[in-house]
Amino acid sequence: MSGDHHHHHDHDHDHDGQEIPSATALRVKALESLLVEKGLVDPAALDAIVDAFETKIGPRNGARVVAKAWTDPAYKARLMQDASAAISEIGFMGSDRPHMIVVENTPTTHNLVVCTLCSCYPWLVLGLPPVWYKSTAYRSRAVIDPRGVMADFGLTLDDDVAVQVWDSTAETRYLVLPERPAGTEGMDEEALAGIVTRDSMIGVAKVAAP
Amino acid sequence: MNGVHDLGGMHGFGPVRPETNEPVFHGTWEGRVLAMRRVMGAWLKSNIDAGRHAIERLPPVDYLGFTYYEKWFQALINQMLATGTIAPEELATGHKAPGAAVATPPVTIENVAKTIAPTTSYQRDVAAKPRYAPGDTVRTRNINPEGHTRLPRYARNHVGTIERDHGAHVFPDTNAQLAGEAPETLYTVRFTARELWGAARNVGDAVYLDLWESYLDPA
Repeated sequence: MSGDHHHHHDHDHDHDGQEIPSATALRVKALESLLVEKGLVDPAALDAIVDAFETKIGPRNGARVVAKAWTDPAYKARLMQDASAAISEIGFMGSDRPHMIVVENTPTTHNLVVCTLCSCYPWLVLGLPPVWYKSTAYRSRAVIDPRGVMADFGLTLDDDVAVQVWDSTAETRYLVLPERPAGTEGMDEEALAGIVTRDSMIGVAKVAAP
Repeated sequence: MNGVHDLGGMHGFGPVRPETNEPVFHGTWEGRVLAMRRVMGAWLKSNIDAGRHAIERLPPVDYLGFTYYEKWFQALINQMLATGTIAPEELATGHKAPGAAVATPPVTIENVAKTIAPTTSYQRDVAAKPRYAPGDTVRTRNINPEGHTRLPRYARNHVGTIERDHGAHVFPDTNAQLAGEAPETLYTVRFTARELWGAARNVGDAVYLDLWESYLDPA
C-alpha cells in the first residue's frame, strides 16, 4: 500500500461514489468522539481545517506565483532572492510561511522536489501532496533515478540537461518555477496561471501551451 | 534512526503511479485524521520533529503497509497514549473514563486559522559564526543515531559543496527527543549524482540536501 497501489483507500467508496465506512473510518470516528467527549478538540475547528484544505489551499496558489514571475521580471527577481517575502506579497491563505525557496527550470537545468524521509511539501502553495508524492516508489527513486521517475510521468529530458533534485530534509520548502512555454506570449497573468500544473511545480512535468 | 522511512536510493518499490483527478482526501476520515493531528499538537507537548519521529517508530511492516493517513492515525494514538492524553481503556471503550476531567478545547473556530496555516519559523538567532561558507567542500559524517535525524543514509560519508547558508535552525535530532532546540547553522549542500550513486550517472546531475552544521566535517 503506502500509495504504491492505486486502490490504496480500501473500501471507502462503492461504485456510485457512496461512502462505505471502512474499519479505519469507524476507528477514526470513535477516536474523534472520544476526544470531543474529553473536551480536547472542538469538532467545528476540525471542520474548518478540512474545509481549508479542500477549498482554500491548493496548487492554484502556486500557479499565481509562477504566472506573476513569468510576466513581471521585477517580481521574479524578488522571488528568486527571497521567495517567502515575494509569495507573501500575493497574500493568499498561508502565504506567510517562512523559508520558501524557488528553483528555476531553464533549457539547461531541470529541478525536481522530493522528501525521502517523510512527506515535506510546499503545501501552502501547492495544497496537500498527492498520494504518489508520499509513496515509497517516489521517495526511494527520485534521488537515485530522477530521470526514470520523470519518465513515469511521460517526461524525457536530454542527457545534457542537468537534473537537480532537492531532498526536503529541513523546514525549507521548495517550489519549482517551470519554464514558460513557447506560444504563450499573448497570454496575460491570469490566463497563464490557468495552464500551470501542480506537477510542473514539483518538477515531474513541463508546462504545455494550451 | 536507520528505519524503513529512510527510503532514498532503495530499489524495488516499482514505478510511480500518478492518479488522475485525485481528490484531496480519499474518504472523509483522512481529513479528520489530518485535522485531529494538528489540533492535538497543543496537548501532546509535541513538535514537528517529535511528530515525525512518532511515525518513523511505527513497526516497519506497518510503516510500509499502512496508507499515509493510517500512519498518521496510529502515530497520533501512540503519542496520545504515551503522554497520558488518553487512557488505554478510553481508547478501547471510546468513552471518557468515569471521573476523568473534561478539558476546554484550545483550538476553536475563532483561532483555528493559525493552526491551518502556521507562520512558525524554525530559524533562531545564535552567537556562533557559521563554520562553512558557500563554495566550501564538506564531508557528511558517518553517523547512525538510534533517534531522529535528518541526515539520510544515502548522503552519509559523502563529499559535497556548500551551496547556501540558511542561518541557524532548530536541530531536529534534539528537538524530536524534547531535549531542546539546540539551533545550529543549516546549509544547502550539493552532491553530484556521481558522488552519491557512481560513475554511471549523468555528469551534470546533482542532489541537494539541507543539512545542519554538526552533520558536516571539512573535506
